[in-house]
Amino acid sequence: MSVPQLLVHEKSDNVGVVVVEELASGSDMLCVVTSDNTDFRMSCREAVPIGHKIALTDLKEGDTVVKYGQDIGRIVKAVGKGEHVHTQNLKTKRW
Amino acid sequence: MSTGNKIWAYRRENNRVGIRNYVAILPVDDISNAACEGVAAHIQGTTALPHAYGRLQFGADLDLHFRTIIGIGANPNVAACVVIGIEPGWTKRVVDGIAATGKPTAGFSIENNGDIATIAAASRKAKEFVHHATGLLRGECDLSELWIAAKCGESDTTTGLASCPTVGNMYDKLIPTGIYGCFAETSELTGAEHLAAARAATPAVGEKFMRMWQAYQEEVIEAHKTSDLSDSQPTKGNIAGGLTTIEEKALGNLEKIGKQVKFIDALAPAEAPARGPGLYFMDTSSAAAECNTLQAAAGYVLHIFPTGQGNVIGNPIMPVIKVTGNPRTARLMSEHIDLDVSGIIRREMTISAAGDQLINLVIQTANGRFTAAEALGHREFVMTKLYRSA
Repeated sequence: MSVPQLLVHEKSDNVGVVVVEELASGSDMLCVVTSDNTDFRMSCREAVPIGHKIALTDLKEGDTVVKYGQDIGRIVKAVGKGEHVHTQNLKTKRW
Repeated sequence: MSTGNKIWAYRRENNRVGIRNYVAILPVDDISNAACEGVAAHIQGTTALPHAYGRLQFGADLDLHFRTIIGIGANPNVAACVVIGIEPGWTKRVVDGIAATGKPTAGFSIENNGDIATIAAASRKAKEFVHHATGLLRGECDLSELWIAAKCGESDTTTGLASCPTVGNMYDKLIPTGIYGCFAETSELTGAEHLAAARAATPAVGEKFMRMWQAYQEEVIEAHKTSDLSDSQPTKGNIAGGLTTIEEKALGNLEKIGKQVKFIDALAPAEAPARGPGLYFMDTSSAAAECNTLQAAAGYVLHIFPTGQGNVIGNPIMPVIKVTGNPRTARLMSEHIDLDVSGIIRREMTISAAGDQLINLVIQTANGRFTAAEALGHREFVMTKLYRSA
């Protein structure tokens, strides 16, 4: 298998993790779902550092972000498919 | 049960297996640090363990202080122990606690003697203990006799994808053979607490875990937080590495208990596990030096530390093995990394193969090979303090 640019833990997740350094805006990404080894392709719409998350679908304010098949917080600013999901648009529900 | 994997280690008087052979010079309290460091400077082959507390503590906080100090001295990685305190009463309490293991232990107190006479007397005893310890030979033991703790630090998203699952795979393979395991970090399970509770061996253990988790939320976090913990949990390093929320961090953290094993008890800080071989949870802070010190005090002889962005932690008596799944950290901080499993995120390495590599490294480290943190002199030793002293 060729080296993926994005890993997704579970099929139900709506974000994936960039796993290569120097991912440029507009890159075509091989995306692998680690729980079942399936893959798909999508493009990123901005340069995102290794380890950071990209939205797999359009997310609007109030949406729940799902990773590991679990709730990891809520969207506080809309983010489009292929864009960077981090502290600027995702907030914990806990504290 | 045996793994069939032999290690060369030190079988102690109480039949526990140690993988290092320290002569510890242990202060009961902060003001005895200088005398302990004096002995260690004088007698080669000894290790002073200075720390910040031990005066005017009371109640549960004092109990934890004694449990930690005695547990460190009693750890099987310590061959013999010199204890120095300001006065004889609490010094004797610590000596008696450590000596219950059967190992050579002696206490000295400073009041009415002064530092210089205390250092002289303690140095003579420390020299005797060094001859004892250096005369011991490693013997054949079984890998399954090890107590191996885990805690992650400076985590990022590769921690949940690669390094923590590697540790989990090791536990899934070694716990059934008879090792003792330990995970901890109470606040850092927030967002995954329901999944952690579901991994308890019995409903009673799950409820005990949830009571500890809830108490931490109420007594520590809710009681003291100012706005929220978003700059502290996750840490700045976590956030730089791509982790956004505590829930996301917790879900990655929990990957290190594997897919199959259940935990059989939820321990108080520094409490020695007493329900036989298996995985245990311990109620601790998520700060690395505090958590690792409590795990060493509970009797764990080896530590596995998955890191994403590159935490450099070590411990003075318990080797700490660093595992990273982040290729940039493996490259930029290579001197701190014992095992690079970044092949997992490139899909070049399976988690099971990474777990096998980790088990091989555990065997080498148990046999005496230094970890990166040992070679670099990382000796972080931090007592957990529950509240202000009297």
